[in-house]
Amino acid sequence: MDRELSLQVEGLSRFYGPLQAVKDISFSVRPGEVLGFLGPNGAGKTTTMQMLTGNLAPSAGRITVAGHDLLEDPKPAKSAIGYLPEQPPVYRELTVDEFLDYCAAINRIPRPKRRAARDAAKAKCGLTEVGRRLIGNLSKGYQQRVGIAQAIIHLPPVIILDEPTAGLDPIQIREIRELIRTLGRDHSVILSTHILPEVQSVCNRVQIIHKGALVLSDSIEGLARRMQSAVLLLRCKQAPDPAAIAALPGVKNVEAGDDGALRVFHDPASDPAEAVMKLAVERAWGVTALVPQAASLEDIFLALTTKEATVETAA
Amino acid sequence: MKPMILTLARHELLRLFLSPLAWTILAVVQFILAFMFLSHLEYYSRLQSQLMGMEGEHGLTEVVVAPLLGNAAIILLLVVPLISMRLVTEERRNKTLPLLFSAPLSMTEIVLGKYLGLVSFLGVQIVLIALMPLSLLTGGGLDFGLFASGLLGLTLLLAGFAAVGLFMSTLTQHQTIAAVSTFGVLLVFWILDWSGEGAGGGVLAYLSLLNHYEPFLKGVFDTRDAVFHLVFIAVFLALSVRRLDMDRMGG
Repeated sequence: MDRELSLQVEGLSRFYGPLQAVKDISFSVRPGEVLGFLGPNGAGKTTTMQMLTGNLAPSAGRITVAGHDLLEDPKPAKSAIGYLPEQPPVYRELTVDEFLDYCAAINRIPRPKRRAARDAAKAKCGLTEVGRRLIGNLSKGYQQRVGIAQAIIHLPPVIILDEPTAGLDPIQIREIRELIRTLGRDHSVILSTHILPEVQSVCNRVQIIHKGALVLSDSIEGLARRMQSAVLLLRCKQAPDPAAIAALPGVKNVEAGDDGALRVFHDPASDPAEAVMKLAVERAWGVTALVPQAASLEDIFLALTTKEATVETAA
Repeated sequence: MKPMILTLARHELLRLFLSPLAWTILAVVQFILAFMFLSHLEYYSRLQSQLMGMEGEHGLTEVVVAPLLGNAAIILLLVVPLISMRLVTEERRNKTLPLLFSAPLSMTEIVLGKYLGLVSFLGVQIVLIALMPLSLLTGGGLDFGLFASGLLGLTLLLAGFAAVGLFMSTLTQHQTIAAVSTFGVLLVFWILDWSGEGAGGGVLAYLSLLNHYEPFLKGVFDTRDAVFHLVFIAVFLALSVRRLDMDRMGG
């Protein structure tokens, strides 16, 4: 076991009856890393997070948190994890202070240190003003902050946040993202989301999960490289033949946009622009534009997930 | 391990008393039992002249206190399901269980903590009930042996009710279903001996809660009765731990 890693996951799988929701996932997280866990709804993000936090028993695989095996040695492993589920687990009838004191107690913070822990968590999450208010009377954004405060009160090395910005307004979203960035300095943060710009703005590493399997694991810089000039935008007077373009060497995928233009995804290593042009001239499509384009994260995401789908239908 | 259970129990008790339900239940039960207590007291004062022959103190405890505790058991059989129904169902509904599951707590600690919280609430109820007979001390005497044995019996019985209630609340998401099924199970255990075989009868009679409660009211403290209650509690607590563990397995 590498001491440097705050979380290590090996061969994690989970079945719901015959359905395999998570397929043999392996990854690791280092301290100070914010890992974005990206995927469409139902891809297995929440299931994975539940397994990482001991809320769901994995069908196979090993989870090691800060050097402790989560299944064999759950208590120290769980002490090293803070978890915010999709819906913040708060008791509406308690005040923020009462609730955080309770969270400090069940996370085994010794009594004399609880007050300090509570105040520190409140300060980090911007809750200092609302300590005496009932959680049920707080806005959704504040309830979410209470949920995050609960997850970080025992200063765990690993913080796991499941869709922390779901259902918030744009200002709250910005505040929560800022908070996550701050947390990322001292803790390892795993963040699940289906909002792509969120990953671009807060994470320094990204993993894309699709139908229970990891289809991409890369740093944000690597992702940015992929996003450069991996797409050609082709606009023609006549309707071009996508299949013919897809058959060209180096082309991964061709997709028709809403505006009638074609987006040609290709290997970043090769540039099929010349071949596309030649083909267009041969067939007399009447090219009006052929522009290399920076792909958005959406494009990469769609390219990865649809490719997966075509492989599956072919199999 | 111990301080964790106490923390959970205190939390459970706090949340119980934050809801109006707990206060309402204490008040209503107290009112009904006070009414029964007073009518038994009146019955006693009418009979007093005939009871003069016997030792006076005995009479008061037997005629007033034993029926009071007997009635309390039946009323609480109806009421405990209402208070136990929210233990786990509510957490499941509000999705607060992950808070407990991802904290460094064992399933046994979680179950015992919740259980102890509920039993403490019932303890408050028992103290309130006990105050009524104690008020008789202002004008008479009590048979403290009989009184203590009755209270011990009631405590064990209610602890058993609470264990059943806790288990039923781990089974479902719906509070009403938890309440109805707790009530059903308790009532079945209560009436198992309706054939009237008594404690000496068959298996059904042996399993009847009533048969293990009545001796306490007569002042007979039999370890076997106490052990029956403790085993009854342990079985339902163990089932609760298993059921919550299955939550993590199933999902």
